[in-house]
Amino acid sequence: MFALIVRRLALGLITIGLVSVIIFLGVEALPGDACTAVLERDAVGEALEKCRETMGLNTPALTRYGAWIGGALHGDFGLSANGQERISDLVGFRVRNSLLLAAGALSVGIPLALCLGTLAALRRDTWVDILFSTGAILAMTIPEFVAATLLILIFAIWLGWVPAIVLTPADAQPLEFFPEFILAAVVLTMLMVAHIMRMVRSSMIDAMASDYVQMATLKGVPYWRIVFRHALPNALLPAINVIALTVAWLLGGVVVVEVVFNYPGLGRLLVDAISGRDLPVVQAITMIVAATYVGVNLFADILSLALNPRLRSHQMRVR
Amino acid sequence: MANPPLIDIRKLCIGFSGRGGTILPVLHDVDLAVCRGESLGIVGESGSGKSTLALAAMGYLKHGLEKIDGEVIYDGVDMFARSPKELQRIRGGKLGLIPQNSGQSLTPTLRIGQQIDEVLHLHCTLPKALHEARAIDLLTQVRLPDPRAILRRYPHELSGGQQQRVAIAMALAGEPDALLLDEPTTGLDVTTQAHILDLLRELAVTRKMAMVYVSHDLGVIARVCDRVLVLYAGETVLIGPAAEVLRDPAHPYARALLASIPRLCDQQLPRALNGRPPSPGSHHHGCAFAQRCALATETCRTERPPMTAGAGSQSTRCLYPDRVSEIDIRGGGGAVPMVCPADSPPALTLKDVTIRYQRPSLLARLRHRALNPATVEGISLTLRHGESLGMVGESGSGKSTILKAIAGLLAPAEGQILLDDNTLLGTTVERRRPDQLRRLQIVFQNPDASLNPRQSVAEILSQPLRLYFGLRGEALQDRMVALLDAVRLGASYLDRRPGQLSGGEKQRVAVARAFAADPRIVLCDEITSALDVSVQAAVLELLNDLKRVHGTAFIFVSHNLAIVRVLSDRVAVLYQGRLCEIGPTAAVYSQPSHPYTEVLLSAVLEPDPDHAPRLLTEDRAELSPPERGCPFQRRCPVKAGAICETDAPPWQETGNGHAIRCHLPLTALQNRICG
Amino acid sequence: MSTATLTARVVCILRDMLARPSGAIGLTLVGLHLVIAVTSPWIAPFDYTEMNATMTLSGPSAEHWLGTDHLGRDVFSRMLLGGREALLITGIATPVALLWGGFLGVFLGLRGGWLDEVLMRVVDAFLALPGILPLLVLITVFGSGGEVLMPTLAFFFGIPVIRVARAAAHEVVARDFISAARARGHRPLDIVRRELMPNVTDTLLVEGAMRWSWMLLGFSALSFLGFGVAPPRPDWGLMVSDARVYMSLAPWGVIAPVIALSTLIIGINLTADALAKTLGLDQSRKAVV
Repeated sequence: MFALIVRRLALGLITIGLVSVIIFLGVEALPGDACTAVLERDAVGEALEKCRETMGLNTPALTRYGAWIGGALHGDFGLSANGQERISDLVGFRVRNSLLLAAGALSVGIPLALCLGTLAALRRDTWVDILFSTGAILAMTIPEFVAATLLILIFAIWLGWVPAIVLTPADAQPLEFFPEFILAAVVLTMLMVAHIMRMVRSSMIDAMASDYVQMATLKGVPYWRIVFRHALPNALLPAINVIALTVAWLLGGVVVVEVVFNYPGLGRLLVDAISGRDLPVVQAITMIVAATYVGVNLFADILSLALNPRLRSHQMRVR
Repeated sequence: MANPPLIDIRKLCIGFSGRGGTILPVLHDVDLAVCRGESLGIVGESGSGKSTLALAAMGYLKHGLEKIDGEVIYDGVDMFARSPKELQRIRGGKLGLIPQNSGQSLTPTLRIGQQIDEVLHLHCTLPKALHEARAIDLLTQVRLPDPRAILRRYPHELSGGQQQRVAIAMALAGEPDALLLDEPTTGLDVTTQAHILDLLRELAVTRKMAMVYVSHDLGVIARVCDRVLVLYAGETVLIGPAAEVLRDPAHPYARALLASIPRLCDQQLPRALNGRPPSPGSHHHGCAFAQRCALATETCRTERPPMTAGAGSQSTRCLYPDRVSEIDIRGGGGAVPMVCPADSPPALTLKDVTIRYQRPSLLARLRHRALNPATVEGISLTLRHGESLGMVGESGSGKSTILKAIAGLLAPAEGQILLDDNTLLGTTVERRRPDQLRRLQIVFQNPDASLNPRQSVAEILSQPLRLYFGLRGEALQDRMVALLDAVRLGASYLDRRPGQLSGGEKQRVAVARAFAADPRIVLCDEITSALDVSVQAAVLELLNDLKRVHGTAFIFVSHNLAIVRVLSDRVAVLYQGRLCEIGPTAAVYSQPSHPYTEVLLSAVLEPDPDHAPRLLTEDRAELSPPERGCPFQRRCPVKAGAICETDAPPWQETGNGHAIRCHLPLTALQNRICG
Repeated sequence: MSTATLTARVVCILRDMLARPSGAIGLTLVGLHLVIAVTSPWIAPFDYTEMNATMTLSGPSAEHWLGTDHLGRDVFSRMLLGGREALLITGIATPVALLWGGFLGVFLGLRGGWLDEVLMRVVDAFLALPGILPLLVLITVFGSGGEVLMPTLAFFFGIPVIRVARAAAHEVVARDFISAARARGHRPLDIVRRELMPNVTDTLLVEGAMRWSWMLLGFSALSFLGFGVAPPRPDWGLMVSDARVYMSLAPWGVIAPVIALSTLIIGINLTADALAKTLGLDQSRKAVV
């Protein structure tokens, strides 16, 4: 068991290491560098040389990679392209804001998805199931910006219940976001619920059709006890990894939604940085998001290992 | 009987909705009654509706099935009319079920203790404090060693036999008056099966329960039941006392079924039952068995026979109960097995073959850690031209592993495999020449897995023909048709895909594919174990024919000792990947014999009410062979002493090529171990 | 497989799909979109650049069925034309992604060993990159023409296909018919072509349909963010983005492209669903008896 966790951890670290290499090389391969971006048209001759020297861009790539990754390990991603701001300061509040949004969506979304998925599975092929499943497909297939736009149209413009976009600055107190970020959270919750619900539904259907649920019925176990004690724990095991993927996506990849609602999170900063060709910031954000992705998946792996007795001993035997 | 039946099923019809809303019947007008203290066996082949019937007795139908008509009366009240609350009270309490596959019927995320406790909590008036003691008591009753430890285990940590015992303990926890058993020993090793049946018999006698025992195996039914009901295509075709049904059944199907079962004492092959049963849900006029029946007349095809009195106190669904005795029920009434001359030259030689599944890791090698005992070790044997060699052993005996190594799918760690006795074969297929590969063909256990579902029969058969003989066009077509004829399928099968064939037909295609290579040696890996008994006999007959016509040598791996006996010239007995005994079939099946052979032979069940298996050893599951000494040391009923644990036993020759590997002297092995 | 049997099989699958409600609706929607995409330059009532300065943000009328946008351009015409670029680019990028991802995945699944181990780590690393970020970076640097978008989409959407194909190959290789073919001594390439691929392609086909819809989602998100199709060319994502500002005045400008995009993606999803069921890959389907 312990050895298995260590193995997973090592794999996760290797992946993060590879991500950092890909990001570094990716940026490296692009034409131009931070100096050409800052100096723009002045990026010729002496000025360029001088700038490169001050930013340490003349040293070999390996050295720069080492310095970058070394700093990143301490939470220090250096300066932004214009040389004015520390990236860690820039990113800090944005990370918090993105986490805030994710927490809002997750705290409602996961319980809701589990309930809806279970219910749809138990009422399989009835109108409840059809309604939920169709809803899920719609939520999954309609692009985020479309859903966001429609919600704004309905709830902010026609009904006037909530503000359409977020105007609060990035470094405001968490509570100050409250009425404004609701719509953004709703869009994310919808998407997340749709994905997790479908997964829970199908694995719950499998569980309810299993021999052990049939046996439990024929042992006279009451229906709801079968659902909660026999079927659900088994159905949730394969769902853990899907939930993890969704969470990872929530924590990092919600660029579009943040842009639509003008929400000062990591995603919007990323778009701004890309538009402004602020490559150090792009690198930093990518690294943070990738690390979160790997971390969350790692956590899910370890969690399902801990919860699934079959997986636990199976893996040990295979090794 | 004076007292009213505990389970009384009347005119039960169950079906499912097909396309277009028509109701397709799975069970048709089934009546049965079981009293307290009585046991009824329900026999049928796959698709006969026997499991549906057992579950219906609990008022339960699988998803998609519905009750069309009839009643299932338990203790005076129709199960289908009871409220969910009442059903919950009865199921698992007074009416217990022991399922077919306990491994999948136990909830994987709950410990055994929690699952037994749940039943006690629901159905038992004992105070909570006594539950654990009761659970331990129950596990002891089903003869599980170390019950306290078992309570803390998860289902997957137990062996198949242990899981089945846990399921029995769980059914007993509700103190049932009636017990339904749905193929509870299918898939278990013979010795384990014999033990479980012994336990069930004892329970039935001591607890005076009503038992309904569903099985495809007449041998099992013979062992545990007072009365037998034979189901065919969802209909009761025969019902009567077990002894009468097994000795002189009054229905042609039951007679043909009996004749198709291979028995240990048979000199001839079992007689095959032609055709296949109607698929579940298909409509038929007249007698369902008419198409396969030797006595069928025109009336049989148009008129559905009623249940009438047959020989003794049986009732049979046959229009000609007086004529049924024309059908021979003796097994071994089939073809004469082909015997190979004892002096034919060797076709395949194995020298000291050892196979390991896990390769030692680098770390283990660096630390000089001792290797785990090999999965298969020191196998030396010779297969002569035209000979069939049977390999028997329980699960984990390494018999399939050896076949894979011979076929070149698995490289042995040590030892040599020689074609004839002089051509060394490469360890894997990549190192063998096409001609060598052609001479050696393998047929797998499960045709569903061994035939590519995306290819038609023509594509499947054309592969070896093109590869080995470069056949094209007309020549290819002719050869394929000839091959299909040889396995008694017609040219019309060429365009079909495996999904459109029955199990037996698929296995014939697999056999035809092997013979397309015109092989000298064919390796058969449990090729009949996925088939129904009646179909199995036909495949055995086919193999015997092919052996006669082509002079092909076979290695025939099976766990069924009766099948191996009728088909083999010589037999090798394996335990935990080591040879225990090898020799001519007659010699192996008689004295003197290795203690393990003796254990296996005495555990065999026969469809004969007078025959009882003997239990010579406990059915402990062993995960890996012992590191030293005799592989059978831990279960041997006649262990010679400490030497069995330290030294590998010597081969002792009894003459005629028969050899036994045991420390005990041959004279001690000469006598049957217990009477 | 010969061309004739292949055609027969395709016809057979299509017929089976049309027999299911999801397949019938899905194929109709996708077909309709394809027809519109091909014919729209001829059937669109207005040119997509044609501005009517006197009629900006007008509602539906006989002349402009779905009204006009903020520059007075006909929304209906732009809606008809707005899917062409997306369909063309994703329509080429999807098969390319499927092919390279599929081949590499199957190859790795069969080969195993250190190469598999190393490349799968790289795949993991790529999957950890946040969503459309790599696309954004490449596009900002190299521009957003089709010649950049197509290979970029094909590359990044091919990476998850590697995983799927590899898993499918693993599953098939463990089956006995592969062992049987090996034991007969067929060449490895023949085994892959004849025994393995027919079983893997089913999985890949369904995967391809799903990837297509995700790629369309990604593409429209890029356009929406202003990194995709360059104005004034019409694109649904861009149209939503433009019309969003005037949403309260002229909701049709948003709703029209939204409906167009959604029907296409729903159509693809329904088709994928029907395809999976037809090919028997649907997990939740269980036999009755």
